[in-house]
Amino acid sequence: MSRPSDHYDSPDPAFAERSAGGPVTDGSGGPDGTAGGDILQPKLGVVGWLRWFWRQLTSMRTALFLLLLLALAAVPGSLVPQRAADPNGVTQYFVDNPDLAPVLDKVQAFDVYTSVWFSSIYLLLFISLVGCVIPRAKHHFDALRAKPPRTPARLSRLAGFQQREAGPGTNGAEAIEAARAMLRRSGYRTVVFSAPGRNGGEVTSVSAERGYARETGNLVFHAALVGILITVGVGGGFGFSGQRVLVEKGQTFVNTLSAFDSFNPGRFFTESSLTPYTMKLDQFSATYETKADGAFGQPLDYNAQVTTQEQGGAEQQSDIKVNSPLRIGGTDVYLLGNGYAPTITVKDPTGKVVFTDSIPFLPQDASLTSVGVVKVPDGLTEQLGMIGFFYPTQAVSTTGAFYSTYPDDDYPVLTLNVYQGDLGLNGGTPTSVYSLDTDTLTQLTGGSTGMKSIELKPGDSQALPNGLGTVSFDTVSRFASLDIHHDPTQGYVLLFATLALLGLLVSLFIPRRRVWVKATERDDGTVTLEYAGLARGEDPRLVPAVAEIADRHTKLIGSQPPPESNA
Amino acid sequence: MTQTIDEYSVFFLYAAMAVYAMAFIAFALDLARRSAQVGAGNRVGVDGSVTTADERVLEKVGAGAPVAVSGSAVGGGSAVVGAAPARRGLFSRGGGSASIDGGSGVGTTKRSLSLRLGVAFTLIGFLLEATADVLRGIAAARVPWANMYEFSMTGTVLIVGVFLVVITRVDLRFLGTFITGLVLILLGISTVNYYVGVSPLPPALQSAWLVIHVFVASLGTAFFALGFALSAIQLVQYRRESIVAGATFWRLKFMSSLPDSNRLENLAYRVNIVGFVFWTFTLIAGAVWAERAWGRYWGWDTKEVWTFIIWVIYAGYIHARATRGWRGSRSAVLAIIGFAAVLFNFGIVNVFFHGLHSYSGL
Ligand code: HEM
Repeated sequence: MSRPSDHYDSPDPAFAERSAGGPVTDGSGGPDGTAGGDILQPKLGVVGWLRWFWRQLTSMRTALFLLLLLALAAVPGSLVPQRAADPNGVTQYFVDNPDLAPVLDKVQAFDVYTSVWFSSIYLLLFISLVGCVIPRAKHHFDALRAKPPRTPARLSRLAGFQQREAGPGTNGAEAIEAARAMLRRSGYRTVVFSAPGRNGGEVTSVSAERGYARETGNLVFHAALVGILITVGVGGGFGFSGQRVLVEKGQTFVNTLSAFDSFNPGRFFTESSLTPYTMKLDQFSATYETKADGAFGQPLDYNAQVTTQEQGGAEQQSDIKVNSPLRIGGTDVYLLGNGYAPTITVKDPTGKVVFTDSIPFLPQDASLTSVGVVKVPDGLTEQLGMIGFFYPTQAVSTTGAFYSTYPDDDYPVLTLNVYQGDLGLNGGTPTSVYSLDTDTLTQLTGGSTGMKSIELKPGDSQALPNGLGTVSFDTVSRFASLDIHHDPTQGYVLLFATLALLGLLVSLFIPRRRVWVKATERDDGTVTLEYAGLARGEDPRLVPAVAEIADRHTKLIGSQPPPESNA
Repeated sequence: MTQTIDEYSVFFLYAAMAVYAMAFIAFALDLARRSAQVGAGNRVGVDGSVTTADERVLEKVGAGAPVAVSGSAVGGGSAVVGAAPARRGLFSRGGGSASIDGGSGVGTTKRSLSLRLGVAFTLIGFLLEATADVLRGIAAARVPWANMYEFSMTGTVLIVGVFLVVITRVDLRFLGTFITGLVLILLGISTVNYYVGVSPLPPALQSAWLVIHVFVASLGTAFFALGFALSAIQLVQYRRESIVAGATFWRLKFMSSLPDSNRLENLAYRVNIVGFVFWTFTLIAGAVWAERAWGRYWGWDTKEVWTFIIWVIYAGYIHARATRGWRGSRSAVLAIIGFAAVLFNFGIVNVFFHGLHSYSGL
């Protein structure tokens, strides 16, 4: 058997000699005569060492060790935030643990699943897997064409042994032929043996084996795992993922690189793989629980209604919901977030509009208290920055602080803290639209300035301090934050995963077993029938199965059970 | 309306817990009785039946083999001469049944009343809890597994349900104390700490995959729980067996009425591989759902990480069973670690870890 030599069913090195030829382990002693490599001292020499090393790597023990190590190595990634899944968490972690974080970073604790050590473990595991599966596949291929082994001389020692007497006039060979046909129909592979018995009569037997699918399933399972690894590894390289925030009532996305707010290409991505299409957010609607029990304000439904158009195609209306992405132009568009985008206009003292835009504010809590930043670089005597708080349904706490009580915009209020100075936009370093670097700015309202923050309801406008001009809160829209993905291989991953599951089912639940039926003709013309089986691997139903075969067979040939049943 | 139905649901849940507690006591009494009987030199079968010492001689002739710890090798694949087909199905009755045959033939075997009471109470508790679960689903107008409180309820219904189904095929009633005890603890923690009123599904959970993925995960957990119990007992049994026979200081006397460690191991394996298949499906279904909901099928989110870890541990367990030197106690330890990880994933990761799967409802 080309299983690793430390497989439970491989001949034990210590007993290999003794049991190799016996009927019970027949077949598991296989062509690999060197089973028991653990105790073989390698001949010193490069080839010898390499072979020894390879055998160690592809042994069951190594596979087990690597599996357990893999499980262990996956743990830290759940304890420490990961850059790929939670970049903000990592930033926060650095802030909270300034001493520990850099050390952890050195050992790639924030990138566990792409780290050198994690990768080495699973790569070694998969090398081991390939090294294990290939010889087994070859061996299995041979076994599929081999005949079942000879019937053992003494069936009475085997599992589920049954003995029955066939009435006089039964022909042993015919009885066995009937058994063979019956077993064949049940999916057994069969071969018939016959030899003269000790007391003259003919001893005919059929040796049958079934459940080769068990090993096939196991091989399919392991091969599918390799398939998954390769498709994930390679496939990831061709895809991309990008994010885009769209404000309702008309903002439009065009599927080109520059239209993404952020973009993560795979290794083999080329821009030409972006299929042109446009997508306009017509409306974003959110419904919330209005009943005043525990779930008050909980979101019930988000829906982004978009109009899309592929190149040369007609406009099309679609809905994007949280669990139902839009598939378009080779990409999948997911609704991952939403929030409010107040439309804010700033005018200079003469009343000329110097800024107007709908600014997406980032939600901070379940009631969608949101924070956003307005930057007015041009048109005023000084650059102007504003940090805004938006309360969709504003309420005032006993301390005077504002908060939001409900995520829908029932009583929207916007407050603005105004800063003036250098926005730092000219230095060439990219700055986030969601943050304001206040180091180079002077705060004019809110906080410790002594001036009240500007407070606006939709339609309101108010003078900016220092006679800078006016600011108005025109209206509030919703925005949808969309993830746009392209992964050409995920279908294959699913295919391999399904294959793995099917292989697993077959491998775990199809029993591999051998069954023998033997007919011994006696001098007095009676025929003794014997039945027995042998499990090859886990087979809890072997004994009942043999009994059932015996029952069916004796019924088939019309013989009686032994007078004194020992069943 | 919703509120009232949920109140009924809670009422049924408390009723179920009370009945489970009675089942627990009955099962515990059965074990105590076994210990007492074993201590008195009588032989106790897996089914709790007692054969007094005097009749044993008689029976030995009848049944042909000492049975108390025999656990016939039906599962192990070794030869059993003339063994009768016990029962169809995935599992077959093995060890211990002979003591019924042998005993009942002479009419001296006493069956365990407390054991049967335990099963009866468990069944009643199950029906009550299933009612509670269904009512909760009706109150919420959706499947009752969308937050910790509901996970706990549905999960324990499934644990008990799987237990009740499995004992019709193989006599694992001796696990009753463990199963009812575990379920009581889980329900206790959940009703005290996790209870939340009926609330609608957030958009992220509005998916057919919630129904499939979470249900199958709970089903897998139920099988792993059984496997865990069997593996744990296997370890104890193995220790008992390796202590020289007749060691009187062994306190858990009822252990001698349970199957031998080899049979326990085979049973644990069969239960665990069913759990493993469900878990594999959970993993795949979770990935499919993640793709639909978050745009990527795998992102090493904490919950994904732990689902993966559990899967790998059980793959290790299955390998260990096939690795020389690891079958037996070592593989049992892996199964136990696997279940510990399942509990950790459910009780700790859900509640305390951050990630996209923040659905504990707390
Ligand atoms: C990614 C790593 C691996 C995983 C997740 C894995 C998982 C599994 C699972 C779930 C089974 C039981 C189901 C079945 O028989 O198909 C199994 C069986 C088996 N695996 Fe693996 N395996 C891995 C790597 C390996 C390696 C490296 C080897 C070779 C050294 C190996 C050899 C075997 C063998 C021989 C069996 C049959 C066990 C038996 O006879 O019961 N596997 N594996």
